[in-house]
Amino acid sequence: MKKSVFVGAFAATALVAGMAQAQTLESIQDRGELNCGVSTGLAGFSAPDANGVWQGFDVAVCRAVAAAVLDDAMAVNFVPTTGQTRFSALASGEVDMLARNTTWTFTRDIDLNLTFVGVNYYDGQGFMVNRDLGVSSATELDGATVCIQTGTTTELNLADFFRSNGMEYEPVPIETNAEAQQQYLAGACDVYTTDVSGLAATRASFESPDAHVILPEVISKEPLGPVVRDGDKQWEGIVRWTLFALIAAEELGITSANVAEMAQGTDMPEVNRLLGTEGEFGAMLGLDSDWAVRAISAAGNYGEIFAANIGDQTPIGLARGLNALWTQGGLQYAMPFR
Amino acid sequence: MSTTTDQRYTKVEPKKSFHLSMLLYDQRYRSITIQVFFLFLLMLGAAWLIDNTVNNLRALGRDFSFAFLNAPAGYDINQRPIEYNSQMTHGRAALVGFLNTMILAVLACVLATVLGVIAGVLRLSNNWIVGRLMTVYVEVFRNIPTLLWILIFGAIMTEAMPAPSAFRGDTPSASMIFNDSVAITNRGVFIPSIIFERDLGYLQIGPVAPSISWLLVIVIIAAGIWANKKLIAHATRVQNATGVRPKTWWKSLLILFGPIILFFVLLGAHLEYPELRGFNFAGGTHLRNSLIAMWLGLGIYTGAFIAEIVRAGILAINKGQTEAAYALGLQPGKTMRLVVLPQALRVIIPPLISNYLNITKNTSLGLAVGYMDLRSTLGGITINQTGRELEGMMLMMLIYLAISLTISGVLNVYNSRVKLKER
Repeated sequence: MKKSVFVGAFAATALVAGMAQAQTLESIQDRGELNCGVSTGLAGFSAPDANGVWQGFDVAVCRAVAAAVLDDAMAVNFVPTTGQTRFSALASGEVDMLARNTTWTFTRDIDLNLTFVGVNYYDGQGFMVNRDLGVSSATELDGATVCIQTGTTTELNLADFFRSNGMEYEPVPIETNAEAQQQYLAGACDVYTTDVSGLAATRASFESPDAHVILPEVISKEPLGPVVRDGDKQWEGIVRWTLFALIAAEELGITSANVAEMAQGTDMPEVNRLLGTEGEFGAMLGLDSDWAVRAISAAGNYGEIFAANIGDQTPIGLARGLNALWTQGGLQYAMPFR
Repeated sequence: MSTTTDQRYTKVEPKKSFHLSMLLYDQRYRSITIQVFFLFLLMLGAAWLIDNTVNNLRALGRDFSFAFLNAPAGYDINQRPIEYNSQMTHGRAALVGFLNTMILAVLACVLATVLGVIAGVLRLSNNWIVGRLMTVYVEVFRNIPTLLWILIFGAIMTEAMPAPSAFRGDTPSASMIFNDSVAITNRGVFIPSIIFERDLGYLQIGPVAPSISWLLVIVIIAAGIWANKKLIAHATRVQNATGVRPKTWWKSLLILFGPIILFFVLLGAHLEYPELRGFNFAGGTHLRNSLIAMWLGLGIYTGAFIAEIVRAGILAINKGQTEAAYALGLQPGKTMRLVVLPQALRVIIPPLISNYLNITKNTSLGLAVGYMDLRSTLGGITINQTGRELEGMMLMMLIYLAISLTISGVLNVYNSRVKLKER
């Protein structure tokens, strides 16, 4: 989604931080707390609730990792980061992992020396319009005024989309999401464009969400996932396989309700390997054998987390779509526990 | 004893021999030594900075290159004084941004000057209410940061004005003003534009292609003003020789307006009115919210400073000058125009230059309301998308420096023409 300006500043800190931080797991266990970088507040994904407790889809990943590593899902110190500070916070060691809507791109993976451990949300850029406009497709937007956050990849996607469809538009460049929301609500632009999940979350915070529609067209690929630093294979493995454990749990029918029961041993070998009754997978990660049981019981499996935070029944109201399991026509696919 | 005498002799002899210690202990050389030493330190510091930058860039695997200016920009710009689309280069996008910066700077300088002169003169008015009103204007506007004024004007435009859809339907809640020719909406102001039926095409000069018709308009107006000046100079000569000033007003009008009206008729000029089409108004000229917010914000804010400069300039002229003019029988208006203002200009112009420079530099606040100036294009999106912070920032600083030096150079020439001639 966003592209960091501070590649230079970041890379300098990366060089210093680099190898010095190979023992992330030990330092977290010594500290007794996981430092998790999240966004500064996007309803449904990561935002503090009325009691000041962080809740959301991205937050749940942090909690699962904390449960696996520290046996306490609440032992997480959430560090809000902006699009520009997120990578330097990770590189400098201020946070142990990032779980915020960060797009997995070539330059970030290779040039910025980051490791994307997987994808917890497949997103894409979309459009939101006022229902009164009577528009049902993005191809009817010829001549529209479009609010857009400047300096993001969405800006380039937008230019490409309108050009390839032979349409004209009037871009209104805006610096932050909050300002864009205000301009859109004031009617200074017909259309607001950003990632579809962001549109849904923004719409949920409107006074009358029903008055706005998100158009069906999705014009780009935005795979969002947790990120760790390069250079610590063990920590990378823990975060990656905790995410896979959540997805595999949904595939295998393990829920927060039945995980304790299934952890007693079942006749399904993969469930047994995942939950530690068979094999030594926990030890290979440097954890005990119950790590996945704790991760899953923290907030449930991937499907439960999705439904509780951003699913159909929540104000955000996102359909599973691409994020359904691969067995149900989606893209979510856990590598085998073998 | 003889040795002492010898030494005394050698001392008296000038430039007998040069010792290295003289560099430090001889007054003739000491200041040069110190200056050379510090210049050396300064150069070492600069070399260290440059070397450090180059090495760090190399460590990151990056070179120092302006090649990105030739790569396709990929983003769109809403206000385009010259032809531009997302397939053109970053360099072209920077040029569009530069032109937008200049357009805003010129508009804001004109507005600030007009407001400043009016407010500055009126603040000296004998009318108590008018004087106090101008004091309020000056104090309120110059004591609040210009960014806030820009944001306030931007917010007024987006929040308080009707959306284009309010103009639609059988009983629209908003309507166009000035006989259906101007629409004020929350997306900007749409005004009629002049269209030539028999347009003369475009002149290709390097990267820009200005319209020949409009270039001719400028030439004709400039020529008219020059001819009118000659006419008035001639009238003054006749008056000096004979004491009778020939009537010039109808000749002036003819010279100033005749040719331009004839030119417009020849080319079939007519107005194109904005009208609702699709989502927005189309046709005419679109003055975007961002431009209006920047224009009003910068113009009114700096106008308050110029008002004070004008007032100071007028007050700097000795009251004896006014009294002498009255004694000669000049009316108050002529006294101001012929005696006070020409002298006040000498005081006004130097600080005025610095305010014009301020306006030009402050246009870089455009990003706050999304005005696509040099800072938003080259210094914003281009740097973001290419990751060339160092090159982009340096180029941008050079361009701003060049603009500012040009403005102050031109105005300094004007200043040297109006300043007190001392022989």
